[in-house]
Amino acid sequence: MRHLLKNLGLYALAAWASLTLNFLIPRMMPGDPASAMFARFAGQLQPEAIDALREAFGFTNEPLLKQYLTYGSNILQGNLGLSVAYFPATVTEVIGTGLGWTLLLSGVAVIISFFVGTLLGVIATWRRGGWLDSTLPPLLSFLGAFPYFWLAMMLLYGLGFTLGAFPLRHAYSDTLAPELSGEFLGSVIEHMVLPATSIVIATLGGWMLGMRSTMVGVLSEDYITLANAKGLSQPRIMFHYAARNALLPNVTGFGMALGFVLSGSLLTEIVFSYPGQGYLLIQAVRNQDYPLMQGIFLTITMAVLAANLLVDILYIWLDPRTRAR
Amino acid sequence: MSVPSGQASVAAKAVRRPRSGFIWQLMGNRKAAVGVVIVLFFVLLGVFGPFITADPAAFVSAPHQPPSSEYLLGTTGQGQDVLAQTVAGARTSLAVGFLVGLAVMVIGAAIGMVAGFLGGWVDSVLSLLTNVFLIIPGMPMAVVIAAYLRPGPVTIALVLIITGWAWNARVLRSQVLALREKDFVSAAIVSGEGRARIIFREILPNMTSLLMSGFISATVYAIGAQVGLEFLGIGDVGVVTWGTNLYWASNNAALLTGAWWTVVPTGLCVALIGFALVLVNFGIDEISNPRLRSDPNWSRMLKRNKLEEGLTTPVVRRVGQ
Repeated sequence: MRHLLKNLGLYALAAWASLTLNFLIPRMMPGDPASAMFARFAGQLQPEAIDALREAFGFTNEPLLKQYLTYGSNILQGNLGLSVAYFPATVTEVIGTGLGWTLLLSGVAVIISFFVGTLLGVIATWRRGGWLDSTLPPLLSFLGAFPYFWLAMMLLYGLGFTLGAFPLRHAYSDTLAPELSGEFLGSVIEHMVLPATSIVIATLGGWMLGMRSTMVGVLSEDYITLANAKGLSQPRIMFHYAARNALLPNVTGFGMALGFVLSGSLLTEIVFSYPGQGYLLIQAVRNQDYPLMQGIFLTITMAVLAANLLVDILYIWLDPRTRAR
Repeated sequence: MSVPSGQASVAAKAVRRPRSGFIWQLMGNRKAAVGVVIVLFFVLLGVFGPFITADPAAFVSAPHQPPSSEYLLGTTGQGQDVLAQTVAGARTSLAVGFLVGLAVMVIGAAIGMVAGFLGGWVDSVLSLLTNVFLIIPGMPMAVVIAAYLRPGPVTIALVLIITGWAWNARVLRSQVLALREKDFVSAAIVSGEGRARIIFREILPNMTSLLMSGFISATVYAIGAQVGLEFLGIGDVGVVTWGTNLYWASNNAALLTGAWWTVVPTGLCVALIGFALVLVNFGIDEISNPRLRSDPNWSRMLKRNKLEEGLTTPVVRRVGQ
């Protein structure tokens, strides 16, 4: 429990740090969203309007501390400001349209990658020096060296464009309206195959190698020898004795890796014009939509923190030692 | 490959002091040697290549021409030579990659070692800072910071250092914590050695492999993240780098017009250099952690003698290897 509380403190601090970073960076740097907005509507806005815009974006002449407090209370109410690119929509509304897709895509990809990679690691280590052990690690680390989005581009070109086996863009067919029907869900899955595959391919090696290096250590433990001496069946030793204990460091890595995967999936989404956070992010970069960029940064950070918290709770369930203290 | 070199070092032992240095051990490892050769190739390509190939920014031909004898890798959507762009991209991307890798390693090492060695409240504060930076996802943070700065390789480098140092700091801190408890450090303290001497002469040499693999993984991270950010359009899209090459390819809808040759060379280069660096890291891991050596000779011997693989790991090696 102490472990969980300590981490909870860390997450709170990380959340506060990213909020503060979000507040400080635009105020420290030259250029602000209001000027960017003003430049976008070059000539269409009266010069007086820029002050009103500043006000709308929270860049007032008040003391910094007061601005900070206003900012804080706005965030707590879920008010992230106005989007420049989608003006007059609020950042919260814009992000709301994309967050679900990102969580779905990267969630599915991470879970598949974690399970398949870990399983491959267990099997490869169990047969040390076998063909699986000698071919997979180099192959997967080679694939892992490609940028996620480049793999996505190749899949898009090979399977999507040349063979026409999978749709090239968007999260579901343009002819369908979102609803809870078999046809719509089928379309969503079909559109998810390529982006998810590219993320899985890029991340599989990490899980496998991580599992392999802890599994190697666990296999030389005395209790494995004992289990063998007792004559337990090999699969039982492999999964219940070895893999279960070797899994723990990988679970910790799971939380840490989510940030990387989410970052990578943002770029993958761009390749497939998948309507998630990544797609919004590139819109924000192109249009210098600072509030939207910051909003995406905040929501992704919060998603990672929440996922880490879940992993911590999972860890307590998996490792009895954390419960004792 | 590994067997003859192993025998050579044994033979050398008879006549003179064996080459036991870390670099020599590394070059004796096949994976690491292959990696080093590939990395050297790219470094030479980046340094000398741009003098040989054409001007990467010049418009030489019609856009999206497939590879031909004149333009070996075809032309981009703006009629530039893909080969020249790839080679010129290698120079900027590798320079930024290695410099950021070095900076990330040095900063991470400094913070991690200070935290681990001093302990107390300094450690608490620095560890907390490290953990906060570790948990905030890097790419979105990099985008937010970079968006306000002037676009260009310097901004990218700066942003990558800010978002990347924490991992090294954590790894090195725990290593220093482990080493600080060792007998030889206690002996050095008892014999009255100064704090700086203990850090630099006693502890640091024991972390060579960790520092090197830290530098290498930081470089891999730097190259990958740099390409990602530039692909997003955060960098200066006028500078030719691997990332901007992909940015323009995507902007000109290269794949949807079938112009795969604008995308494939750059991606392969990024992956090859990343893979080569990872190979070197594997080599370092295998040298410092013998358990990880999946020993092909060992399994061949088992098979030849019709033996079952035991459950213990063959840490002890046969004489002559």
